[in-house]
Amino acid sequence: MAVIVEFVVQGVQMVLVLLLAPLLTGFVRKVKARLLRRQGPPLLQPYLDLVRLMRKEVVLAESASWLFRAIPYLIFAATWVAASLVPTFRTGLMFSWSADLIAIIALLGSARFFQALAGLDVGTSFGGIGSSREVMIASLAEPAMIMIVFTLALIAGSTQLSSIAEFMGSPAVGLRVSLGLVLVALTLVAIAENGRIPVDNPATHLELTMVHEAMVLEYSGRHLALIDLSASLKLLLYISLVACLFAPWGIAPSDAGTAVLTIGIAAYVVKLAISGFLLAFFETSIAKMRVFRVPEFLGVALMLGLLATLLRFVSRGF
Amino acid sequence: MTMLTVALSCAATLLVLAVAAPFIARSLANTLVYGLCAAAALISLFAALDHVLGATTPEGVALPLGIPWLGAHFRIDPLSAFFLAVVDLGAAAASLFALGHGHHEESPLRVLPFYPAFLAGMTLVLLADDAFTFLVSWEFMSLTSWALVMSHHGVRDNVHAGYVYLVMAVFGTLSLLLAFGLLAGPEGTYTFGQIRSMHPTPGLAAIVLILALIGAGSKAGLVPLHVWLPLAHPAAPSHVSALMSGVMTKVAVYGFVRIIFDLAGEPAWWWSILVLALGGITAVMGVVYALMQHDLKRLLAYHTVENIGIIFIGLGLALAFRAHGLVFAAALALTAGLLHVFNHSVFKSLLFFGSGAVLTATGERDMEHLGGLIHRMPQTAFVFLVGCAAISALPPLNGFVSEWLTFQAILLSPQISSWGLRLLVPAVGAMLALSAALAAACFVKAFGVTFLGRARTPAVARATETDRHSLGAMYFLAALCLVAGVLPGVFIDALAPVAESLVGGRMPLQTGMQQWLSIVPIEASRSSYDGLLVFLFMVISGTLAAFAIHRLASDRLRRAPAWDCGYPDQSAATQYTASSFAQPIRRVFGTVVFHAREHGDMPGPGDMRPARLVVDLRDLIWDAVYAPIAKAIGVIADRLNHLQFLTIRQSLSLVFTALVILLLVLAIWP
Repeated sequence: MAVIVEFVVQGVQMVLVLLLAPLLTGFVRKVKARLLRRQGPPLLQPYLDLVRLMRKEVVLAESASWLFRAIPYLIFAATWVAASLVPTFRTGLMFSWSADLIAIIALLGSARFFQALAGLDVGTSFGGIGSSREVMIASLAEPAMIMIVFTLALIAGSTQLSSIAEFMGSPAVGLRVSLGLVLVALTLVAIAENGRIPVDNPATHLELTMVHEAMVLEYSGRHLALIDLSASLKLLLYISLVACLFAPWGIAPSDAGTAVLTIGIAAYVVKLAISGFLLAFFETSIAKMRVFRVPEFLGVALMLGLLATLLRFVSRGF
Repeated sequence: MTMLTVALSCAATLLVLAVAAPFIARSLANTLVYGLCAAAALISLFAALDHVLGATTPEGVALPLGIPWLGAHFRIDPLSAFFLAVVDLGAAAASLFALGHGHHEESPLRVLPFYPAFLAGMTLVLLADDAFTFLVSWEFMSLTSWALVMSHHGVRDNVHAGYVYLVMAVFGTLSLLLAFGLLAGPEGTYTFGQIRSMHPTPGLAAIVLILALIGAGSKAGLVPLHVWLPLAHPAAPSHVSALMSGVMTKVAVYGFVRIIFDLAGEPAWWWSILVLALGGITAVMGVVYALMQHDLKRLLAYHTVENIGIIFIGLGLALAFRAHGLVFAAALALTAGLLHVFNHSVFKSLLFFGSGAVLTATGERDMEHLGGLIHRMPQTAFVFLVGCAAISALPPLNGFVSEWLTFQAILLSPQISSWGLRLLVPAVGAMLALSAALAAACFVKAFGVTFLGRARTPAVARATETDRHSLGAMYFLAALCLVAGVLPGVFIDALAPVAESLVGGRMPLQTGMQQWLSIVPIEASRSSYDGLLVFLFMVISGTLAAFAIHRLASDRLRRAPAWDCGYPDQSAATQYTASSFAQPIRRVFGTVVFHAREHGDMPGPGDMRPARLVVDLRDLIWDAVYAPIAKAIGVIADRLNHLQFLTIRQSLSLVFTALVILLLVLAIWP
C-alpha cells in the first residue's frame, strides 16, 4: 500500500511539473508585459501555442538527419526526468535517490548537448552561432553549478537533493556566509542556463543576439512544441531548485498526510508565482548584455561558488 | 593450467605471430593475423577476468629467460589482472575492427608484424614481476608502437611525430630505470617482492615519486610531458591509435600505480599535492588544447591527455586519503580512478575506430573538410555519437559514473587534516568540473562538424558506410558504454580486490544489497546514483512523449529548404566550421592559455589573393619547456662539434683525462 502511495505521489509530481511549466512561462510573460504597461498575451497562451504547434505539420529542412527528429524527444525526456526528481511539494520522493543533484545537473547537460547538436544538424550558420554560444555559456555555467553543489553537499552532508532540502528546512542550517554566496551564484547560473535577460533574450528573433532561439530556428510543428515545453520545464526546474533550497517552507516531509501535501502544493504554487514575478521584474529592469560579457557574468558565479566551497573546506562555521 | 600460464602463453603466441607475419601469404595475412590476435586477446581476457572476479590469490612464476642468473619473474595479482583485462578488451576490439579496417592498409607489412608484438609487449609489462623484465617489456612496447607510428612514414608530419615520440619514450624509460635503480637499493634486489620489503627512506621515495611521474607520466601524457602524444597517436593506423590512446596510456597508469601504491612504501602527505595538481592541470589543458584542434584524430588524442588528468586526480585523492589513514575514502578515490581507466579505454577506442572509419571512407582527418556524414554513414554516426556522449560524461553512460565517483571522493576530502590539501582539493574539483563541461563542448564540435550539417567536399558527399567487422567492433564498445553506465555496481565490485590490495580497504558491496542496482559509495542518505533507473526513466518518458505525440498531434511532415531566417545559403561553405564553432571559447580561454590573437590578412590594392582571417595560437608549454631545451642541445652540439675533428693524440688525452676525473670522483664519493 505504502509503495502505491509513494508511486502516486511521484506520479503527481511528474504530472504537476508538466502542467505547471507552461503556466509559469505564461505568467512571467504576462507580468513582464504588465510591467511594460502592455496588455500582454493571455496567461494560458503557452498552452494554446503548444496545441497549435502540435496540430501543424512539420516542415523539415532537406539536410536534416534522423538525429534532428529524435533530439526533441531526447531533450524532453532528459528535462522531464530531471524536473521530476527535484523536490517541489514533498521531499523524499520515491525515485529521488536514483539521481542526486550532480546527476540532475548532468541530465540537463545531456539535454543541452543534444540541443547544441540539433543546432548544427541542418548546416545553417544561425544554428552554428547558437550552438557555439550555448556551449561557451555552458562551459562556465556547469562548473559554477558543480561548485554550488559542492558547497551545498558540504553543508548538508549529502548530495541527495531531498536530504539537502530537508536539511535546509531544519533549524540546524542557520545563517551562513557560504549560503549567501551560493544563492547569488545559483541565481546567476539559473538566469544563464534558462537563457533569460541579460544573458539571452527568450523573446528575440534578432539574429545577432540569439542563442537558444538560433539553435531551434529550424524546428517546427510538434518538434518545436516539445522543445518549447522542455524550455518551460527547465525554467520551472531551476525555480523549484532555488525554492526548495532557499525557501523550503511548506514542503511536506515524506511521511505527510493528504492535508499537508495539499498545503505543500499550495505553497509550491505560491513560491512559483513569487519567483516568476521576481524574474519578470529583474528582466524588465536590466538590458541584455553583449555575448562576450557573459563569460564575466558567469565568471562571477564560478568565483562565488569556488569561494563558498573553499570557505566550507577551511571551516565548518561559515 | 593456471591463469598466469594462459596469459603468458597468449603473449608468447603473439610474439610468434609477429615473427611469422611477414611470411604469411598476402591474401590471408590480414585475416589470419588479426583473427589470431583477437583470439589470443579473448583467451587472455578470460584469464584476467577469472582472476579479477574469482578473487584468487596472486600467483607467480620465474622463467629462465633474459639474464642467466636473474631469470624473468612474472606474477598476476588483482591490479595486473584488472589492467590486463582492460588491455585485452581493447586489443580484442581493435583486432576485430582491423579485420575489416586492415584491408585498407596500403603497406600491410609495415603494420602486421608489429601489431601482435605491441600487444605482447603491453601484456608482458603488466605481468612482469621484476624491474628488469618490466623495463625490457616497457621498452619493447615503446619501440613496437614507434614502429607502428612510423608505418606511414611517407607523410612528413609522421616522421616528426615518430622522432618526438622516440625521444620522449627513451627519456621516460630512463626515468623509470633510475626509479627502479633507487628502489632496488645497493644490493640490487630486482624482483618486486624484494623491493616491496625494502621500505625506502622518505627522501629516496620522494625522488622515486618524481621519477615515476616523469617516466610513467610521459607515457601516459601528463602535462607538460604530453607533447609527443597528440603527434604520435594520430599518426598510426586508426586501430593502433585506438590501442595507443585507449590502452597503452593505461599501461603507463599501471606503471605509476605499481611503483607508487605498491612498491614505494607508505606515501608522504605532500605526494598527493604533486599528483593532484598535475592531474588537474592536465585535465584542463588537455581539453583546452583539444578545443583548438580541427584534425579529428588529434582532437581525440588531446582528449586522452584530459582523461589521463581525470584518472590522476582520482589517484592523487587516493594517495591523499591513504596518507591520512582514511582507508575507505582512499578506496573510493582509487576505484573512481581505476573505473575511469576502464571507461576511457572503452569510449576512446570506440571514438578512434569511428575516426578510422571516417578516414577510410573519405580520406580526410580534417574536420573542416568533412560534414554531413550522418546521411552517408548512419551506423558509424550512431556509435560515434554514443562514444561522444559517454566521454562527455552524460548520464546514463559510463563516463558519468567515474566522474561522479571522483566528485564524491572530492566531497570526502574535508576530513583531511593538512591545510595545503584542503585548499588544493576544491580547486582541483573546479578544474575537474571545468574540464567536464569543456569536454562536452568539444564533442558537440567533433560530432557536429564531422557528422552533421552538409558535406563540405564532393568526396565526403560520396562516402559509404564502413564494413561490418568495423561496425561490429564499434557496436560492441558502444554497448559496453551503456552497460557500464547502467550497471556500474558490477564494475565497482570487480575493482574491490584491487583497492583492497593497494590501500587496504574496499568500497561497500554495490550489487545485491541496494534496491534497483543503485550505487551507494558511502551511505544511502549521503549519495546514490542509479544509472539503470535513470536510463529506464528516460526511455519511458521519451516513449510516453512519442506515444502522446503520435496519438494527439499531427503526423504530417514536409521536406523543404532550410529556413535560416529566410536567407538559406546553398553553399556548404557558409556552415559553421570547427574553428568558428570554437571561436567563443577561444576568446574566453585561448587568449590566456595560447595568447590567441585574431587578425585580418587583407591583401593590398591590386593583389588578387583572398582576404583571410588569421588566428595565431602559441603553444606556451612548447615555447617555455621544449624550445629552450631543443635550443640548448643545439647550442651545445655546435660547441662540441669540433671534438669530432680532434687528432688521435688529442682524442686519447681527452679520454684519459675523463677517466682520471671519473676515478677521482669515485674515490672521494662518500
